[in-house]
Amino acid sequence: MKFNLVTIFVLFLLAQILLILPIFRRRPRDQQPRIWLAESLPLLLFGAVYVWMAMTAQRLWADDRYEGPSLTAMQVEVVGVQFQWYFRYPGEDATFGSTRPELVNAAAGNPLGLDLRDSEGDDDIVSSELVLPVGREVDLRLRAHDVIHGFFIPGMRLKENAVPGLTLHVHFTPETAGTYPILCTQVCGLGHGHMQARLRVLPAAEFADWLQAREGKRRAEEAAIKGGV
Amino acid sequence: MSTDPEIDPETDPNVDPEIDRASWGARMDAGSTTSDRLPRRWRNALRPIFTTEHRVIGIEYLVLSLVAVAAGTVLSLVMRIHLVWPELAVPFFGQVKPEDYLALVTMHGTLMVFFVLTTAPLSGFANLVVPEQLGASRMALPTLNAVSFWMTAGALLILLAAFAVPQGAPISGWTSYPPLSAVAAAGPGQALGMDLWLASLTVFCLASWLGSLNLLATILNERCEGMTLMRLPLTVWSWLVASLLVLISFSVLLAALLLLFSDRHYGTSFFIPAGDLVAGHVRSRGDGSPLLWLHLFWFFGHPEVYIAVLPGMGITSSLLANFSRRPIAGYPMMAMTTVLIGLLGLVVWGHHMFVSGMNPYAGTAFALTTMAIAVPSTAKVLSWLATIWGGGLRLTTPMLFSLGFVSLFIAGGLTGPVLAQPALDAYLHNTYFVVAHFHLIMAMAGVFSIFAGVYYWFPLMTGRLMNGTLGKLHFWITLIAAYGAFFPMHFAGLAGEPRHYSQLSGTTPLLENLLPLQRGITFSAVILASAQLIFLANLLWSIMRGEVAPPNPWQATTLEWAPSMARIVKTSTSGLDPSASKFHQNIACRAPYEYGLRPNGLDFIMQCDPNTKAE
Ligand SMILES: [Cu+2]
Repeated sequence: MKFNLVTIFVLFLLAQILLILPIFRRRPRDQQPRIWLAESLPLLLFGAVYVWMAMTAQRLWADDRYEGPSLTAMQVEVVGVQFQWYFRYPGEDATFGSTRPELVNAAAGNPLGLDLRDSEGDDDIVSSELVLPVGREVDLRLRAHDVIHGFFIPGMRLKENAVPGLTLHVHFTPETAGTYPILCTQVCGLGHGHMQARLRVLPAAEFADWLQAREGKRRAEEAAIKGGV
Repeated sequence: MSTDPEIDPETDPNVDPEIDRASWGARMDAGSTTSDRLPRRWRNALRPIFTTEHRVIGIEYLVLSLVAVAAGTVLSLVMRIHLVWPELAVPFFGQVKPEDYLALVTMHGTLMVFFVLTTAPLSGFANLVVPEQLGASRMALPTLNAVSFWMTAGALLILLAAFAVPQGAPISGWTSYPPLSAVAAAGPGQALGMDLWLASLTVFCLASWLGSLNLLATILNERCEGMTLMRLPLTVWSWLVASLLVLISFSVLLAALLLLFSDRHYGTSFFIPAGDLVAGHVRSRGDGSPLLWLHLFWFFGHPEVYIAVLPGMGITSSLLANFSRRPIAGYPMMAMTTVLIGLLGLVVWGHHMFVSGMNPYAGTAFALTTMAIAVPSTAKVLSWLATIWGGGLRLTTPMLFSLGFVSLFIAGGLTGPVLAQPALDAYLHNTYFVVAHFHLIMAMAGVFSIFAGVYYWFPLMTGRLMNGTLGKLHFWITLIAAYGAFFPMHFAGLAGEPRHYSQLSGTTPLLENLLPLQRGITFSAVILASAQLIFLANLLWSIMRGEVAPPNPWQATTLEWAPSMARIVKTSTSGLDPSASKFHQNIACRAPYEYGLRPNGLDFIMQCDPNTKAE
């Protein structure tokens, strides 16, 4: 990226100079420019640069997107809803419970429409912030309920749309602990500009604590619901 | 709509064709005073408006663009001011709510892309000069042409009406991705406002279609004798390719618009997936795909960029040659690259979709085609630089704007190969970096070529020249303010700021830190917009008081400047009387850019000049 930017900036200055210089020459030259010198040769050079750029770009892209995550990658689901991001962890069984749009009811504490009859969803944890351990690859599965949203973590150089009707996967490994903003980059309605969340990258031990605390909270809620029934 | 040919001086065989072109505008004004009978006077007054005369239609298109660009600019200023001073009630507008901001974005983009950047360079200028540049007497399908203009005007009115309906204008951006655009409950403005948007673009599609059909037929069939393809001015080449692109890409857009309309009103689900849940209700009845819209839209949307900028390239090529007094460096290659850019432009649409959920292998394919289009674009820039290199430049206002076009085209173009790399685009997509890229290469370069065209062809429209001092002032302020407004946006994008955010304060520090930068951009944008008042003043003043132009004020070689108004319809060689005038507009004897060859002390030879030999 930096190399690209420096290259184009130098070319920008060069081209602007070439553009400005003739302005100061009042007397026209008689002979025509030799076409191979002025055009064909530079064009070949530029062509070579473009080929090179295309090749390196391809390698980067292939590394990033051609292959799926390793089988040991942590699973997290990201769901975009007007105007909120939800993050779901599959819990101890490492399997996401099924969801149905008809069951979505954020006010009743079920923003993702978890199907309570599906026991695989019993241990699922739903969070409004994305919390990840340092150094472990994560496999995000992106979904959206309503309209297209753009899932963007600038700090991780990661962007992929969350498209209703599709489940899309992106994977990455956070390497530095810290807090990173998560933004929406696909216009999704009037709250688009405020559709933001946080990514917290924690050392492994702290992450385990966080997960445990969330599980405890979930069990307590579950007990409360069952007690109420 | 069509006028009575018997009283139309333009086609009347009894009217002396040898009328100085410079007086044409004056005659148009004077036409209505010759009659004393009221109905006839009314008819005469209306005639210049509901005309099939291609130059009048060209002017009408330009006026329409002027209205649209004024509206679009005001909208952008409201956005710019709100972005950096979110608490401020904007004069004549009031407090800008988030949905208002998105409505402004949508209408700004739609107005500028369709009614300014498509309408002015293609429909406006082509109507103004294409028949003359071809040595043709008229358009191939003049009535269709007039219908096309009035439909475009109707489309503009329908679009602007969206501001006046309950809930206001649509908020889904000029790309209108579904389901946001397919479900009325998805946001304010997505009900009636969105329907008006769809209706407006449907009419615009059909209008552009008819207009391009006419242009294509004219360019292919109405060329005068000797006007071979390789003698076409590069402007005509670019209009030819742009018209072809309109036919191909607007038909796909039309289909997409109709499918979307059907999703909204007839219970289909082309673009709405199963179980799509908007505002608490499942909206789908089938299982459609939002990605289908993205493919259809960008199949149109990318060629659209070339429809907007190819005519600018043609105008720039012609003007650089003229004001450098040199032939175009590598004319055959310039013609070829125009065609090549058009063809490649049809197969690069996926580069708008690298992170849309499209298959990553498809991303690779589109990255490669996109990189390939950099080659003919680079060839064009090199040719422009070679053309002016060593020329004795005449720094008139149209020349300055053409040089400005090249400068902005390079500035915006260089970021193209960066954005063409999917891995880099995954960071930059939908950030201000992209906003900077397309505003420089499409919007600013496009507008500069429009200005160049207006300053250059003004004598054809009014018989007068525009004021040079005001023109230069206009150019320099516009150039500096354009860079001031759009160059810093690269940095906002590199910092990660997404587009379409109505305010930065109260969000994350990542974005709040960019406020000073954005204030600078707003400051430049206000100057940029204000500088256009100089242009307006110049326009009004020059129409009435401008210096009367000589017949060929720029000493140009192309036929729209031919000294006679001779309009001989498709004559054979034998039917011509060479003694009638020194030049015959309807024969092209040579290549379009014979400058600087100095035969008989002249440094240019017009295309219709049969006698002069190049030394
Ligand atoms: Cu969103």
